[in-house]
Amino acid sequence: MVPDIMIPDEKGYFGNFGGRFVPEVLAPALDELIRAYEEAKNDNAFQLELDRLLKEWAGRPTPLYEAVNFADALGSKARILLKREDLLHTGAHKINNVLGQGLLAAKMGKRRIVAETGAGQHGVAVAAVCAMLKLECVIHMGEKDMARQAPNVARMRLLGAEVKPVGGGSGTLKEAVNEAFRDWVASVKETHYLLGSVVGPHPFPMIVRDFQSVIGEEVKRQIIARYDRLPDYLIACVGGGSNSIGLFYPFVEEQTVKMIGVEAGGQGLESGRHAATLNMGRTGVFHGSRSFLLQDADGNISTAHSVSAGLDYPGVGPEHSYLKESGRAHYTAVMDDEALQAVEFLSLTEGIIPALESAHALAYTMKLAPSLREGEIVVVNLSGRGDKDMEIIREQMEGKI
Amino acid sequence: MNRLNSVFADKAGALFIAYLTVGYPSLEETVEAVLLLEKSGADIIELGIPFSDPLVDGITIQQAGTKALQNGVNINRCIEAVRLIREKSDIPLIFMGYYNPILQYGPEAFCANSFSAGADGLIIPDLPPEEAGLLEETALQHGLDLIYLIAPSTPDEKIKYVASRSRGFLYLVSVEGVTGVRENLPPGLQEFVERVKKYAVQPLCMGFGISTPEQAGQVARLVDGVIIGSNIIRHLSDENWRTSLPAYVHELKSFLRIQEP
Ligand SMILES: Cc1ncc(COP(=O)(O)O)c(C=O)c1O
Repeated sequence: MVPDIMIPDEKGYFGNFGGRFVPEVLAPALDELIRAYEEAKNDNAFQLELDRLLKEWAGRPTPLYEAVNFADALGSKARILLKREDLLHTGAHKINNVLGQGLLAAKMGKRRIVAETGAGQHGVAVAAVCAMLKLECVIHMGEKDMARQAPNVARMRLLGAEVKPVGGGSGTLKEAVNEAFRDWVASVKETHYLLGSVVGPHPFPMIVRDFQSVIGEEVKRQIIARYDRLPDYLIACVGGGSNSIGLFYPFVEEQTVKMIGVEAGGQGLESGRHAATLNMGRTGVFHGSRSFLLQDADGNISTAHSVSAGLDYPGVGPEHSYLKESGRAHYTAVMDDEALQAVEFLSLTEGIIPALESAHALAYTMKLAPSLREGEIVVVNLSGRGDKDMEIIREQMEGKI
Repeated sequence: MNRLNSVFADKAGALFIAYLTVGYPSLEETVEAVLLLEKSGADIIELGIPFSDPLVDGITIQQAGTKALQNGVNINRCIEAVRLIREKSDIPLIFMGYYNPILQYGPEAFCANSFSAGADGLIIPDLPPEEAGLLEETALQHGLDLIYLIAPSTPDEKIKYVASRSRGFLYLVSVEGVTGVRENLPPGLQEFVERVKKYAVQPLCMGFGISTPEQAGQVARLVDGVIIGSNIIRHLSDENWRTSLPAYVHELKSFLRIQEP
């Protein structure tokens, strides 16, 4: 099921990026997680149970939908296909990873789950899986994010999770991860930290990638069945990088497939108010691994900015840093208002309201579309649905809706 | 023998190691507080380099770090603080800082400048020995002791490995948790220390969550040094620290002395 390319290496490195920069107290838990994961990979019963839940509980496989109206309206002759992760239970791709890690936690006998959340999509997925697997659930969320993604806070609570507000700093995803780490350090024996993206210390970037690779695997099967060929472009938004790596990874060896990650350009790359880590950052060590980072001259981590809470993070998964450095993938950025326009555009042309995060991938696709040739195939990862963003969208559209 | 080795060699009873964040409440007060701590009986000083995202610190040290960053403190200012302290004191000084600022400054320049200013050692809580190869070598070349941490959850094999690489002393984290004042010491400290003693030849110092003189006294029975941070910061947050801090250290030292054979 999972491709077997030998990265990361044993120490968790993707080329120069990755590793395990954590206080010693966490080392035993990370070792235990590596062992449990290796076991689970070869455990037929585990894989069958994961497949069953992905299918029956979460709604996989997700459709690959050709957005003909969207392409026509852009004057594009290419086929633009949307991978409909927005149709999954809880509303985003996050559930793929959460189900996998949730089953792993249960297998390790950890009855308590701690997690961070930004947009709240990961938090909702964790809360839902914990309810279903009967695990105790604590979600750390920045105060600013709790305000701007309020519907998701209510959903998490309804699902039985404790949502802990994180004050200080920017009140966003970075602080939520800090607090989740501190919680984990203090509770590591009975707790699994269910990290929501391909960031953090080894083995998280590998495990989350593998659980998200189901996206790209399905796309590959669907596209070959329908068109008998591989796609020309894969386009996905990049926050921590999990939905994008999930789409990209099964195609990494297929050199004809161009892979484009779209970061949050916020108010513009020159404004300093953005979350375009791969475009504007420098290498550093943060949240357990070496990767590109938004930071100041002294090595303090910058506050990111994005209209989309799920992309509002100054770090990025080490495998993306590797794909960027090796030139295998390309990373661009679109601004807040471009993403908002894309939300409106997809809603009106296709009757699909995308999440603000996913709208970044759509906004770049809109720019690319006119230059595409007839017959070219573009797959855009529609990583989540926009229900959670309605308040922000209404605010930003200033009375238009 | 460097200052750190000497103070352990000459010690009678457990040493008192005081942590404070450089630049809290201000850079001038850090230098003044270190000298006052020494006069009051502190044996070693840990100087915290402030960082935007201190993952192993509880709220007290987090807030001190935020204030220090607002005061414009960076590695150069920390090294300057060491230089100012060294003009007046020979107390061993150890930097405690997260890895990224040191990495961005440049490990080579950091070790060279820290040592020439008068620093003796270095603790980086998010840099385990597996990732520290280069920095460890650089520190060694420049005469800085790189001190590693272990926790109660660390398995025997790993204790052996970390102990074989930690210079100056070995830092035993008393709790599974972040820094901060706690009401009670965790159970099982004696077993933890006994397990470590099977493998470690260097001095053992314990920190995290130790704050009252009574707690320090209990820990002092087990190890060579007791590290206290959050409670020092708490004193410094009060404008009367120039009287309250020495009183606290005196009481603390009386509890450490009781433990002498
Ligand atoms: C719908 C959606 N897409 C994308 C992201 C960004 O995360 P990642 O880059 O890990 O896919 C999030 C994060 O919250 C999200 O909710």
